[in-house]
Amino acid sequence: MKLLNHYRVFFIVSLFFLLPGIYSLLKHGLLLGIDFTGGSLLEVKYESNIGPDQLELKQAVEEKNYSLVSIQSSGQNQAIIRTGHIDNQQKDELIQALETKIGKLTVLRFETVGPSLSKELLEKTLVATGLVALIITIYVWRQFKDLKFGVCAVFAMFHDSLILLGSFSLLGVFFKIEVDVLFVTAILTTLSFSIHDTIVVFDRIRELRRQQPRLEMIKLANIAVLETLNRSVNNSVTIILMLLALFLLGGESIRHFALALLIGAVTGTYSSPFVAVPLVLEWDRWKRKIK
Amino acid sequence: MPNIAQTKKRLFWLGLLFLLSAFIAFPVEKKFSFNLLGQTRELGFKTGSLNLDIFGLKLSRDFQFKQGLDIRGGTQVILEADMSTVEELDRPEALAAAAAVISRRVDFYGIAEPSVQTARFGESYRLIVELPGVDDQTQALDLVGQTAQLEFVLLKQPPAEQTVQEVTRQGPEDASVSAETQNVVLEPIGLGGKQLKRANLAFDQQTGAPTVQLEFDADGRKIFADVTQKNTGEILGIFLDGSPLMLPRISTPILDGLAVITGQFSVEEAKKLSVQLNAGALPVPIKVLEQRIIGASLGQNSVEKSIKAGLIGLGIVSLFMLVIYGKKGLLADFALIVYASLTLALYKIIGVTMTLPGIAGLILSIGMAVDANILIFERIKEELRKDKPLVIAMELGFGKAWDSIKDANVATILTALVLINPANFTFLNTSGLVRGFGVTLLIGVVLGLFTGVVVTRNLVRFLLHTHANKEKL
Repeated sequence: MKLLNHYRVFFIVSLFFLLPGIYSLLKHGLLLGIDFTGGSLLEVKYESNIGPDQLELKQAVEEKNYSLVSIQSSGQNQAIIRTGHIDNQQKDELIQALETKIGKLTVLRFETVGPSLSKELLEKTLVATGLVALIITIYVWRQFKDLKFGVCAVFAMFHDSLILLGSFSLLGVFFKIEVDVLFVTAILTTLSFSIHDTIVVFDRIRELRRQQPRLEMIKLANIAVLETLNRSVNNSVTIILMLLALFLLGGESIRHFALALLIGAVTGTYSSPFVAVPLVLEWDRWKRKIK
Repeated sequence: MPNIAQTKKRLFWLGLLFLLSAFIAFPVEKKFSFNLLGQTRELGFKTGSLNLDIFGLKLSRDFQFKQGLDIRGGTQVILEADMSTVEELDRPEALAAAAAVISRRVDFYGIAEPSVQTARFGESYRLIVELPGVDDQTQALDLVGQTAQLEFVLLKQPPAEQTVQEVTRQGPEDASVSAETQNVVLEPIGLGGKQLKRANLAFDQQTGAPTVQLEFDADGRKIFADVTQKNTGEILGIFLDGSPLMLPRISTPILDGLAVITGQFSVEEAKKLSVQLNAGALPVPIKVLEQRIIGASLGQNSVEKSIKAGLIGLGIVSLFMLVIYGKKGLLADFALIVYASLTLALYKIIGVTMTLPGIAGLILSIGMAVDANILIFERIKEELRKDKPLVIAMELGFGKAWDSIKDANVATILTALVLINPANFTFLNTSGLVRGFGVTLLIGVVLGLFTGVVVTRNLVRFLLHTHANKEKL
């Protein structure tokens, strides 16, 4: 099998998955949770049966003149109410207003995030991502004694985060799934995931090159990818099984996080042989052309 | 290849380590009762806690998981301290003082395992307060969020004695206090919350009446001694945010910085007063940046489901390994049990706070721990395909797989370190959730390396030896 002889095909495959996400990112961006936008979130559980449209809740918030962002059902007789920034007293007033409308309720969760903190989270995420990218590039470069491995590994890594970002942009548009501080963690994990896998493939290329220094890069890559494919698939299956269990059966608050990790795991596995290695081949080709 | 005696020795120690970790990780309590010679005897054992008495040296520790706020429910408040009036150099100290004050107030309320951390981001000085179990936010905010400035002021021309005594008796909530003291000349003495170390409820040794006890620091002691010496008989008002809290009279000079305020308080009143005094001892004004309240029911439900999901996932992964790798898969599964036991024990020993992302990190790292085994087994398969004898193939497989395992795991460790941010860089995340995830990931990867490589390898060597190459593993 010579999987990589027409390696440019894989660039097209990647673009096929990347473009809808990128389009959605540019057009709609991400549906940001209050961790990023600032504002307040109130999750309540009530006893009365008010129907799925939860109009009463909406009315109560509007009567209070709080800027309502959204009301969303979060389980049976449970709702998440998102508003602009309200303080504790305003929250108590809102709960009172809600209780006169629908009877007794319990507060499951109340969160309020100031605008300065939310901006900071974005900054810190970008810095952390940049730092991880830099450290990994230097580490891989050092371990493989070739800059192209480091750079291509990091490109594959960004490919994966971009797919994850794009997916969540689409999920935000269609399913109103928000990104929060856990999503940031998922992105950073995907980075390490992706690199973990890529290094295994690169390591095989390095080993083969030591044994057969004369062999063309493309032939080395073909053997390396084929030999590591078994391991890659088996390994991913175990991680994906784990995450799938978490996604399907885990608690509500962890579900979207598990989904993000799941997408990261799938694209992280795919990108090692089919993005990172083709990029190395392309780099090699250009270098030879220049010479 | 090391000889079999060495392998056996290693396995012995590994077994011991495993038993110890299992003892700590899985709490079980069992009691057997049996009938011996007509007498009922009871024998019991309990794991998960240590209770040793070695030659008079008592060692007792109960190993428990630390649960994060998102699991057990509670309140997190992020406060920002206004440092505009504090010298640049003194700011870290002022922040620490504010944290200490809040900790003290929180302790006073008897909340289990509260945490008050300080953090700095650029010019913003912050306090992150976590109050497990407190899911009434108003109460929490009253506890930590009050921006109170405490001041001791000398009342120079007191009104008639009668009035003052009444004021004292009526307590702090009486609105008439400020009106009645308006004709008094207030003389600041430069003594405030900054110098007040603590206030607490105490009881008069002779009468048994509740009193409020104040303790000043060195600086405050000096001022207090000076003022009480010169103004015995005068009234030293205690003002919180400009309104009088108490108007006690100085009966004797107090030189040791330990003042006792007597009055006809009830225990409740005295307690409340000392809490307010403690609140007032906060040296810098603070404001609320962020607050999160998680109802315990939400977290608990989520955790139970997630743990169940994790166990089911683990079961499926074990089954998968068994199907794909046969007997070797069984070994890997066994290594996985050792891994889980070591990990959980370590969580308990070093006190890793379990948060939802932390659990996700744990589950993820289980996946990565399996990976090390898969890499090795695939390598062994390859070597076998090249017609190498099993023993050689095994050693080669471990050796060759090690390179990629090492490089790949170092990369993951580096990422985990960025998430944990151990050096507390202000430009990186300091959120407890992200850190919790990073810590579990780091522990997972390191222990995964250990069990995946050391445990499985020695087990395989041992089995190879006992089967003496006759049977194919």
